[in-house]
Amino acid sequence: MEFTETQINRYSRHILLPEVGGKGQKKIIQAKVLIVGAGGLGSPAALYLAAAGIGTIGLIDSDVVDLSNLQRQVIHQTPDVGRPKVVSGKEKIQALNPDVNVVMYEERLTAGNALKIMGGYDVVIDGVDNFPTKFLINDACYFAGKPLVHGGILRFDGRVTTIIPKQSACYRCVFKKPPPEGLVASCQEAGVIGVLAGIIGTIQATEALKLILGIGRPLTDRLLDFDARRTQFREIRIKRNPDCPLCGERPTITELMEDGDVAGPTCALPGQRNL
Amino acid sequence: MQVMINGKAEEIAGGTVLDLLKAKSIEPQMVAVEVNDTMLERTHLETTQLKDGDHVEFLFYMGGGR
Repeated sequence: MEFTETQINRYSRHILLPEVGGKGQKKIIQAKVLIVGAGGLGSPAALYLAAAGIGTIGLIDSDVVDLSNLQRQVIHQTPDVGRPKVVSGKEKIQALNPDVNVVMYEERLTAGNALKIMGGYDVVIDGVDNFPTKFLINDACYFAGKPLVHGGILRFDGRVTTIIPKQSACYRCVFKKPPPEGLVASCQEAGVIGVLAGIIGTIQATEALKLILGIGRPLTDRLLDFDARRTQFREIRIKRNPDCPLCGERPTITELMEDGDVAGPTCALPGQRNL
Repeated sequence: MQVMINGKAEEIAGGTVLDLLKAKSIEPQMVAVEVNDTMLERTHLETTQLKDGDHVEFLFYMGGGR
């Protein structure tokens, strides 16, 4: 492909970077990124990836925009309340950068559709709000062999990690299964400081771009935890777990299935305040 | 003795990882525990004795995103 003059102008600050250049920008333009969840994390990730010129962005979300989303889900605006998030998201992405092809999936990610949907993408971004789907994304990326940028936010805390299946530690290497349903409260009860979605979601977008460009050192085998109250990042080393039920030496998960009930968003953690 | 818990030095009485979880009122099902960069199986919480200078990470589920 050759750049148009408009593209050279639009992406000039990328092309100026020796690590990106024209060659890297072409990789970005040819890349396909799937964003699961067009919400808190998905919003900033989608906007920055669109601005960067990602060729195809897939958006999966079955919800409509709710007024309470707007405190953090910056891709949606007040007139979007009641509209499907994927439609609202697609409009904002294309207003920002009409070159981006947006594929909308107005549905939930399930064990039935995950591998088929992921098959067409280079990188997957986790922006969902419930554990069963977070585990499903982890497992599906493993079986589909797709790099995953995982993110999570809660109250004033956020976490990011990058997972390269069969090479680096996966989510189940650390957390073997979703927490017991009776022990987790809902996100509505726990709350979250809105800007945290921007901080964690943009780190996820950064990781996706690095993977596409093949530059730097990915956030693999490390959990990056952010504490907004102290404005502190902490890196926790993790490694592949031989006892991992998915990617360990004797896996017990040998095909994709749903682990728990995806009906309700869950995120609160009894006990965390004690540290 | 002194151990590092989530990056911070703390004086503890000793005992097992499970004792430490109990002392901090942390429900074992809600946390993944790493000692000196190795993930502990849930069944080993009770059998793993903490030693002076151990690095303990309590990793809590962080599930939000939307």
